[in-house]
Amino acid sequence: MAIVRFADQKLFRNPWADFERMRRELDALFQGPGHEAGGRGTVFPALNISEDSGSIYVRAEIPGVPAGEVEISIEGDTLTIRGERKTCTAEEKYSYHRRELECGRFSRAITLPAKVQVDRIEAQAANGIVTITLPKAEAAKPRQIKVNVG
Amino acid sequence: MTEKEMQIQQKQEVQRAGEPTKPEKQYVPAVDIFETAEAVNVLAEMPGVAKDGVEIELENETLTIRGTVVPQEHGGETVLLREFEPGSYLRKFTVAETIDQEKIQATMADGVLTLVLPKIAPAKPRRIEVRGI
Repeated sequence: MAIVRFADQKLFRNPWADFERMRRELDALFQGPGHEAGGRGTVFPALNISEDSGSIYVRAEIPGVPAGEVEISIEGDTLTIRGERKTCTAEEKYSYHRRELECGRFSRAITLPAKVQVDRIEAQAANGIVTITLPKAEAAKPRQIKVNVG
Repeated sequence: MTEKEMQIQQKQEVQRAGEPTKPEKQYVPAVDIFETAEAVNVLAEMPGVAKDGVEIELENETLTIRGTVVPQEHGGETVLLREFEPGSYLRKFTVAETIDQEKIQATMADGVLTLVLPKIAPAKPRRIEVRGI
């Protein structure tokens, strides 16, 4: 199970980060397009995480699993996505020409970058992509502070 | 325990013959192809593709599976982690003559396309009698 901690990334500012980023970009250039998104995670499902001022959005690519069979749970600020893909028909009498789809159980946990309102989390599935919308807790929302003149 | 943890499969991009004119990516969908006594079954993984976005063509024994994704804009969001990129899908197969091309069936569910290619019922063995004169 992989845990992505956003807090770790922010605490230590690596002075070589810019050079590392350049090296990665050069590597991606030589490998050709399509590689910049890969190589970072190997745990199923692949995730895209983004946020705006009000919510955090977690999008997971889980083809072949019916929407009702994806288990999503939250504990503290750890979000866990669990399930099982049963596309494999494990019957021996079939003769396979290609076998490229992975199947089996999967479980992935991520640490959320901010506190969320646990009771208002929503999840939606469409065409094999599950979108989880996590509204941020009031304390975690950005706030404008007015400067008083006086 | 036979339980096994799934791994992410990196999507492979299509090697294109022509020059691309659209900025979106085009991937080769991962497939399972298995054969039963009655049919050849194809499962193709195309997350993000709706039922209406699937095109299946059969021309000169070449079966083309094409899946197009409606691009979704998530403006105003800051990306924190990016492990997959949406794109369309394209893959071609050569279909054997033993397939009944009229009866191919396709269903799309949860981002997985299931194609059933029924085989033509084998011709009954015919015995030709040799008659003596």
